[in-house]
Amino acid sequence: MKSQILEKKTLSWIGIIFITVIFLIFKENWGWSTKYPKEFIVPFADWINFSMEKFIDNFGWFFLKISWLLSWPIIAAQLLLHSIPWVVVMFLVTFTAYLSSGLRLALFTFSAIFYMVLIGYWEESMNTLALVLISVPMAIFIGFGLGVWGFFSKRAEKIIMPILDIFQTVPTFAYLLPILLLFGFGTVVGLIASVLYSFPPMVRNTILGLKRVPDHIIESAIMSGANSKQLFWQAMLPSCKKQILLGINQSTMAALSMVIIAAIIGGTADIGWEVLYYIRKAEVGQSLVVGLVIALMAIIIDRITSGFALQSDKDTKGPGFSKNSKKNYLSFAILGSTILFLLARFFVVLDDWPYDLSVWVASHINDLFETFVKAFRTEIKQLKNYTLFFIMLPTKIGLEQAVSPFTWGFPLEMIHKIFYFTSFSALSIWFLKNKKNDIFVFIILLMIFLYFGLTRMPWPPLLLIYSFFAWQIGGYKLALGTFLGLGFIVSVGMWPEAMISVYLCGIAVVFCFIVGTSIGVWAAHNSIVSAIIRPINDTLQTIPLFVILIPFVMLFKIGDFTALLAIIIYAIVPSIRYAEHGIRNLPSEVIDASKMMGSTKMQLLFLVKIPLALPVIMLGLNQTIMYGIAMLVIAALIGTNGLEQIVFIGLTDGNMGKGFIAGISMAIIAMIVDRITKTISERRSEALGLEIK
Amino acid sequence: MKNDLKFSEKIKLSCRNLWKVYGEDPDHYFLNNLHVKKDPAILSKKLSNQGHIVANADVSFNVHVGEIFVIMGLSGSGKSTIVRCLSRLIEPNAGEILLDGENLLEKSEKELIEIRRHKMGMVFQNFGLLPHLTVIENIAFPLKLQGLKEKERLNKAGRVIELVGLNGRENNFIMELSGGQQQRVGIARSLAVEPDVWFLDEPFSALDPLIRKQMQDEFLRIQSVQKKSVVFITHDFQEALRIADRMAIMRDGQIVQIGKPVDLILNPKDNYIKDFTKDVPWESVLQASDIIDKSKKISQTAEEVPFDMPVAKMLPLLSKKTIGVVVVDDDGKRLGMANAQSFVTALATAEN
Ligand SMILES: Nc1ncnc2c1ncn2[C@@H]1O[C@H](COP(=O)(O)OP(=O)(O)OP(=O)(O)O)[C@@H](O)[C@H]1O
Ligand SMILES: [Mg+2]
Repeated sequence: MKSQILEKKTLSWIGIIFITVIFLIFKENWGWSTKYPKEFIVPFADWINFSMEKFIDNFGWFFLKISWLLSWPIIAAQLLLHSIPWVVVMFLVTFTAYLSSGLRLALFTFSAIFYMVLIGYWEESMNTLALVLISVPMAIFIGFGLGVWGFFSKRAEKIIMPILDIFQTVPTFAYLLPILLLFGFGTVVGLIASVLYSFPPMVRNTILGLKRVPDHIIESAIMSGANSKQLFWQAMLPSCKKQILLGINQSTMAALSMVIIAAIIGGTADIGWEVLYYIRKAEVGQSLVVGLVIALMAIIIDRITSGFALQSDKDTKGPGFSKNSKKNYLSFAILGSTILFLLARFFVVLDDWPYDLSVWVASHINDLFETFVKAFRTEIKQLKNYTLFFIMLPTKIGLEQAVSPFTWGFPLEMIHKIFYFTSFSALSIWFLKNKKNDIFVFIILLMIFLYFGLTRMPWPPLLLIYSFFAWQIGGYKLALGTFLGLGFIVSVGMWPEAMISVYLCGIAVVFCFIVGTSIGVWAAHNSIVSAIIRPINDTLQTIPLFVILIPFVMLFKIGDFTALLAIIIYAIVPSIRYAEHGIRNLPSEVIDASKMMGSTKMQLLFLVKIPLALPVIMLGLNQTIMYGIAMLVIAALIGTNGLEQIVFIGLTDGNMGKGFIAGISMAIIAMIVDRITKTISERRSEALGLEIK
Repeated sequence: MKNDLKFSEKIKLSCRNLWKVYGEDPDHYFLNNLHVKKDPAILSKKLSNQGHIVANADVSFNVHVGEIFVIMGLSGSGKSTIVRCLSRLIEPNAGEILLDGENLLEKSEKELIEIRRHKMGMVFQNFGLLPHLTVIENIAFPLKLQGLKEKERLNKAGRVIELVGLNGRENNFIMELSGGQQQRVGIARSLAVEPDVWFLDEPFSALDPLIRKQMQDEFLRIQSVQKKSVVFITHDFQEALRIADRMAIMRDGQIVQIGKPVDLILNPKDNYIKDFTKDVPWESVLQASDIIDKSKKISQTAEEVPFDMPVAKMLPLLSKKTIGVVVVDDDGKRLGMANAQSFVTALATAEN
């Protein structure tokens, strides 16, 4: 009888919990288990530094030559954009916006560009744009080439895909490190980093698009007598035009965000650098004003490129499709530019917006914020403190240390401890009795984690717990990968920092998943909510990451709490999106059938809709985690203490080895979590026999 | 009866002992033409027992010049696989395909492209039209591939567009057309290169019944002008009856029976065929020549009807004239007498 209640899995878990407890008891005696001994740290970082030095000694000249070569097109593009009067740029971009999505976007573009001119950051904006203009074609060229190659050769695809995964999970700052060392300071680093960061989406979309070309189109082209070249260029490529254009859209956005991030190494005189400069100087108003330029730029570029992609879908009558109208549009653009160019010769305002006509709103914003912060000082402080004391600290260092007269208002006495452990144990045993073995294990683990804190747990049992969990989800391969990956992090001595990253990101993810999914479910049932949420999500997903930081830094200064909020606001988007999408796209027969069986609204939601949409919701969790990690990296700017900070420091003081190892460690964590959540989702959808769209 | 053949004796396309097997490694079964010696049914069984999918097993038939040859069978019986082999969109494992007496399977990729550009046309169930091109550009697409000048190809495309009755829609995009219109474009495109052989793989299956009937009429009208050698795939027996000169019925990759529609109805080889023919509306399938009563003497005074008149149209005549009518062939030669009694007799033989 007993063996029936305690199946093998639960027994193993109990064993693991037992081991964990032993480690906790002997924590003090076994110092190595909490603090990995320095002597045993594998000096990967030194090796990397050493070999990099050697490499640069021998081949450095080569990369510097490339760097020199690449700086020319950038300079040329900058010169060109600077010599063109702003009205001409404005006219051309606005006209393109009109062709892409019509009047509304054109109006928006017009006002946004006028804003850029008005606040006096035209030149910096053009420097950023120049870099994007050079890097995007390169990224698209490389991405398209690799995509086509990957499509035609299975073997090539097998090589390309994992490389893309690595490029997209390694934190952005970690990219910059080797590039910085190889190519020296300056704009070229930004260019190369942005090309490397932005070609993967192009590859993926190219392969996906080509794969999705329907067989009947290919066959009919062959039967029309196409040779292989004609088949590719005249039949396949045009029929996946939309996917290719989406790839261009994603690549362009990635390029822009990397160009902005690359500003961190300085010497670029672009708009990203300006924002960073003001963030560091804590000049909130100004950083917001300039940050808005980046956001507007991103939105315009995104809407224009995605507009063209959507248009190709309709394929009909949209502007710019017939040959004749193309010619007309081109001549209109040339004519308009020429006239405006000549006009700008006579009216200097149109060329160079005068300094004293610029609008200086920054100080007003500063004032506004200050009054706001002053008015709500206690509330803001309370919010921050409560979150810190009752949520963040317990997770990080455990109740054992977090509870003190200063934080909770009373010291942790024996009686509290007894109460804590008995109530948790009672709860867990109740679940065990009801045969909810998984919840039983979960509660016991939670009890231990909460008491000792994630960063104060010895690493060997944690390694064991994570690996065993991975084993249950995805079998021995996933478990082995998890064990080796995490083992690597331990062996390079970065475990404590890794756990700090996990703690910060973890809290954010749990919050995002619960709240975001609820909002998503609500939006799925209420079209007004949906309509309000959508543009907010769109904007959050478009604007470059560190612009998101700005308002939070303004309100809460720097620190973990600010980082947490920034991560939450960014990472909540996919949770909302996927939940809404998952619920909205359920097969209607199932819903109708359940209604006919007389289920109430709540029953319908919790017994039918959510279980069925679970695979999609889990994908949302996966994306939330990925977004969280991406934002965490950027949050290093405002002083966190995890792996991301080591990457960041490595970048600023040129210690490539350490920063790079930290970057890889983050990528390892990201990949493990990615695999685990994806596997859960796949297993669920298989069990339900659903296909995820 | 030579005179009721609408097509010539000359063979245009010949398919001999064609095999197509999907799976791990079916090819070694066909080395040295081993299969020729074996019974195809046994080999087929053996292959599928080992986890292969036998899409075509030992398929043989001829298509004559100007003939509409219909291949008919349930879903998954291997019909599409045959036309794909005939057009070499896929490679058969074994067998021969002769086009104008030349083995198609020995052609190089280059020669094949030439053949497709000038001798073959194909219509697809899902149309296979290019969404980024207009109607006229789609039709002219094969001509463009051949490198024809714009003017010339638009000229030629204009001619076929008239043939399928799409005048006035030349500059529409594909997505702006209804399903029936889209398939007209597909038909026009396949005819633009003026092919000799015309493959149609369930061309009308995606259309609703009324449109389908219309399109069948349209197809017959076009064929009566163009006189192509046609391989027409369908899973709809009624459709097969309406258009076939001869037809083949397939099951599990094998051809069960080949013959004129009436032959299949009157002499079904087994129950499988009978199942198809069960619900056939006889009066529209049988024609005058099928209900001739050989024992009756030919009357000199009775009314004459052509041999290919559907029985449905004869019914009023048969009910009025008790002696019946005289059936004559194209040259006016008297073939025999038909009356109500002979009609009932024919029906009775057909029903069982
Ligand atoms: N690429 C392939 N790989 C494996 N099996 C295939 C492949 N293509 C077709 N088959 C199998 O071959 C058999 C014949 O398929 P085919 O498409 O010729 O049938 P069909 O008679 O055209 O059916 P339908 O009326 O549905 O079009 C089917 O069992 C099918 O599953
Ligand atoms: Mg088919």
